[in-house]
Amino acid sequence: MEYVDPLTGFRVDGRRPNEMRQLKGEVGVVARADGSALFEMGNTRVIAAVYGPREVNSPTLISAVQNKGQQVNSKEALVRCEYRMAEFSTGDRRRKPKGDRRSTEISLVIRQTMEASILTDLMPRSQIDIFVQVLQADGGTRSACINAATLALANAGIPMRDIVTSCSAGYLCSTPLLDLNYLEDSAGGPDVTVGILAKMDKVTLLQMDAKLPMDTFENVMGLAIEGCKAIATYIRESRKINGLNMLKIADPSVHVTHRVRLAGWMDGFQCSGQEI
Amino acid sequence: MLQSKSFVKKTKQGRIQKVVREHYLRDDIYCGFVPCSACDAAAERKLHADAAAILVVDTNVVLHQIDLLENPTIEDVVLLSVVLDEVKNKNLAVFNRIKALCTNKARRFYVFANEQHRDTYVKDMVGESSNDRNDRAIRVAARWYQSHLGGSVKVMLITNDRDNKKKAIEEGLNAETVESYVRSLGQPGLLDLVVVPTSGDVTMEDVEDHRPSKKKVIYSEHKPMSEITSGLRCGIYHQGKLRVNRYNPFEAYVGSESIGDEIVIRGRSNMNRAFDGDIVAVELLPQDQWHESKSFIADDDEEEEEDVHLVPNSADDAPRNTSSTQSTVGSSAPSVSSRPIGRVVGIIKRNWNSYCGSLQPMPMPAGSGGVAHALFVSKDRRIPKIRIQTRQLENLVNKRIVVAVDSWGVLSRYPSGHYVRTIGDIGDKETETEASILKFTVASNAVTTYLKKLACKNIADVTNFVHPGTPLDEEAAQRGTSVYLVGQRIDMLPKPLTEDVCSLRADVERLAFSVIWEMTPDADIISTRYTKSVIKSCAAMSYVEAQARMDDSRLVDPLTVDLRNLNSLAKIMRQRRCDRGALTLASAEVKFEIDSETHDPLDIGIYQIREANQMIEEFMLAANISVAEKILKHFPLCSLLRRHPTPTKEMLEPLLRTTSSVGLNLDVSSSKALAESLDNAKSNDPYFNKLIRILATRCMTQAVYFCSGDLNSSEYYHYGLAASLYTHFTSPIRRYADVVVHRLLAAALDIAKLPPIFQDGPQLTGIADNLNYRHRNAQMASRASVELHTLIYFRTRPTDTEARIVKVKANGFIVFVPKFGIEGPIYLSPKGDKGGDWVVDEVHQRVTKPGSNISHAVLQTVRIHMEVVEPQPHRPKLQLTLI
Repeated sequence: MEYVDPLTGFRVDGRRPNEMRQLKGEVGVVARADGSALFEMGNTRVIAAVYGPREVNSPTLISAVQNKGQQVNSKEALVRCEYRMAEFSTGDRRRKPKGDRRSTEISLVIRQTMEASILTDLMPRSQIDIFVQVLQADGGTRSACINAATLALANAGIPMRDIVTSCSAGYLCSTPLLDLNYLEDSAGGPDVTVGILAKMDKVTLLQMDAKLPMDTFENVMGLAIEGCKAIATYIRESRKINGLNMLKIADPSVHVTHRVRLAGWMDGFQCSGQEI
Repeated sequence: MLQSKSFVKKTKQGRIQKVVREHYLRDDIYCGFVPCSACDAAAERKLHADAAAILVVDTNVVLHQIDLLENPTIEDVVLLSVVLDEVKNKNLAVFNRIKALCTNKARRFYVFANEQHRDTYVKDMVGESSNDRNDRAIRVAARWYQSHLGGSVKVMLITNDRDNKKKAIEEGLNAETVESYVRSLGQPGLLDLVVVPTSGDVTMEDVEDHRPSKKKVIYSEHKPMSEITSGLRCGIYHQGKLRVNRYNPFEAYVGSESIGDEIVIRGRSNMNRAFDGDIVAVELLPQDQWHESKSFIADDDEEEEEDVHLVPNSADDAPRNTSSTQSTVGSSAPSVSSRPIGRVVGIIKRNWNSYCGSLQPMPMPAGSGGVAHALFVSKDRRIPKIRIQTRQLENLVNKRIVVAVDSWGVLSRYPSGHYVRTIGDIGDKETETEASILKFTVASNAVTTYLKKLACKNIADVTNFVHPGTPLDEEAAQRGTSVYLVGQRIDMLPKPLTEDVCSLRADVERLAFSVIWEMTPDADIISTRYTKSVIKSCAAMSYVEAQARMDDSRLVDPLTVDLRNLNSLAKIMRQRRCDRGALTLASAEVKFEIDSETHDPLDIGIYQIREANQMIEEFMLAANISVAEKILKHFPLCSLLRRHPTPTKEMLEPLLRTTSSVGLNLDVSSSKALAESLDNAKSNDPYFNKLIRILATRCMTQAVYFCSGDLNSSEYYHYGLAASLYTHFTSPIRRYADVVVHRLLAAALDIAKLPPIFQDGPQLTGIADNLNYRHRNAQMASRASVELHTLIYFRTRPTDTEARIVKVKANGFIVFVPKFGIEGPIYLSPKGDKGGDWVVDEVHQRVTKPGSNISHAVLQTVRIHMEVVEPQPHRPKLQLTLI
């Protein structure tokens, strides 16, 4: 199958190879959680909810955490993450819901990526729980989950070094493609998922399960990083607009609601935990 | 960067499943018209400023009038992506041609992605068929062009669909049919290229065909597609590819998976307008109509009969045989055959093509310049005659022309088509050669083989000059391989590369890619080294020269001694290979001596194989195997290898039948067993063994290229060479496969980077498939060329010679002429008459003449007379008669 039309240069869904799907972010979607966010990349739709920081007390929890190889110490906060796919998220392409290899792995990936940016040493003897649920899967769920988790953590007012954003890129028809959808993802080509700390320009996540020549890989990874930065800009722009409580929202696709609690990392704002 | 709107498309695939896909609409798609100022300045522009009109064509115009579009007078055409998608789904061959037009910089064909454009995207309406929706999309796009360009240029919708045209005019568009548009251009010659619409079929006069009364329904209607699908599902119909018997165009076979056997189809009316290669739906006839027809060489119906042709070299080349093994003994009454007989009820996919041939001679119409109808006779006998309309009849008579098929209605005996182009005069050698090449659409070359000699196998380093991704590389990838035409060659790579830079000549330095082995005197390999090298050959010799040196025991110079050493190693290697079970197969390759002035063949003979050839072959095999091992180790998923499938029992069946009738039993359980029993197949007849080998060779399929990721490692096996791994490395000048392998090897040695397309399994598979296809076509073209020259040779030289019977049939037998490498029928009796006064025993493959003791059995020698006759004009053929 041709994933990039040789005559028009468009992908199957009408994007160019270096274009992302439509982004949409919304925070505060789960009222009981300390922070929550809904994040969409095209038809991939993910919800994240954050509880904490709260006290670690239950000994059973501690032992369960230790089984997963995490250390509970008195100097740092404990970050836990659970990734799930809703049964209805894939339509016919049903996957096992919980506890399978894939979701365990993604849970781990998200947790490690978020841990890299959360200032855990500010919150000793506490735990932060991140729950991510895929509502609709159309490729790139891993990236969407990380982006949603970032928004939710920010929404919960948890101090972070920088925002972590993630995006994937693939390589099909000898062309690097940004932000693969399910159709392109299932073509069997390489799929590089990158997560970066956007302002610090540091890579916190890099995954690929295929072979690629070095120079091609660099191109594909470069493209994915560009994607991450674009997402970071999007998140920052939309939050800044809302944060300053500007009345007009220029882009109708931007739906970050007004119940935003700004965290300390936000540009120019030092009003952590404060409700606007 | 991000687009404004997103749409959702729902499609159903196979099972009822809802597929939701995003569909982004954009505002950065431009019109492509050169003087347009509204569009982005940097956008690609192809539509010329002083175009008379910008043409928007619909799908059927592209599908049917592609020959017209390819004509350089048609320019400034807008191709909508909806049209291209439809064309791609309906006919990939046409799609590739239109794609070539769009990418051709010299042509002004612009692709407009209307489905992605914000203003031209149309949503499906409830109750609207997809055809109507696409027609609407085309009209919307045409209207967009009209309003976008304003009055600066005329936008014209070209469609042959009456309804679409009417609606377009109602909407205020300029719309024309193809015919009226071409007529308005005022070039009568162009009108020949226009395909007459199917409805025009009825109005066309039958020129020659007076047998059926006019307008009589000759063929039964094809069943509608819905009925065919349901019929296929409940097992009434059977689907398969129709293959017309090369010996007899009135008989065809459909290999059906649902029955597990081939369905025989007899007669044009049962074939019901199907062409060779079409995918058809077949209905079985009632069992009592399954008459066993004797395997006549040619059927009764019309003028057709069998040609003398070149001996097939493998099962792929061999004509299909109506082998009726089950014919009961003493069958006077028509026995019921076990082979199902059927008739075509519908055609699922057409395999229409352009065909090469000539017009059937006919009286010239009185007035010239008017429209004349003529019958076209293809060179390929499997293709029926084709009716064409022309305005330039006087120019086409006695020419080889190319004709494309357009339609075949139930009312006409022959399909109708249109003229595409002229190749040249009939009988002209270049024309005929081009015609035979065209038949297989190949480009080809042949390289003078120099003996590349030294203590290692050096292969010219072609990849050093042919870099991946360059136009040269793409062209070579397209051509893929080389054909050996008699007295002619078309190079895969440019001449300077082929003959000089990449040719290892004596005493000049050349870049090479070498495989260097260190060997013991017993030919055990101690170490293998692969390297790029600079090589200065101390001698370039022909095979004959080398052989002469080795044979001349007086010569003791270092070169000759080296040669002898190499030869002794090669012999050991060869022996070892045979012990493993490699088959020594034989083919009857012929060699022509060509007159340097007239290029007419002077002499034909079997190509001689010398020890020197075998020596080089042995080292080439070893190099190929070593390289295959190396690249597979480094690239287990994307190596280009070559395999030879183990022949099945059924494929070897004809061989076993023949040999058992002469009392020889072959063990075909493995290649080793077969090799041994072939070695033991001896009789007091010195040629017997070779004959058996030739028969065995043609039972097998050809070896094929494949991508290692596609198959299990157990399937890599090369049956003929008894090698678990094999590839092609040794002839990069004339085979593209070797170029690919060179690159893989270079990457494996870390000399060069692996081009990204080889990383991609599916793409490599595509390359391998193309190579196989080209390779086969190349061989067919070169066979056709040899056949042609054989014919030219015998035209002036009727000859008596010896021949071998290879198959006995009901009214004659097929003989093989070893001296000239050709094969053809000998009729014992006039056509239609069963064997005349001969008694034919097909089971024991023997004919006897009662009352005398003359009898002929298979594999026996007969004396024959060969002569060129011309029973039909412009179709000379070689006739063989028994003396």
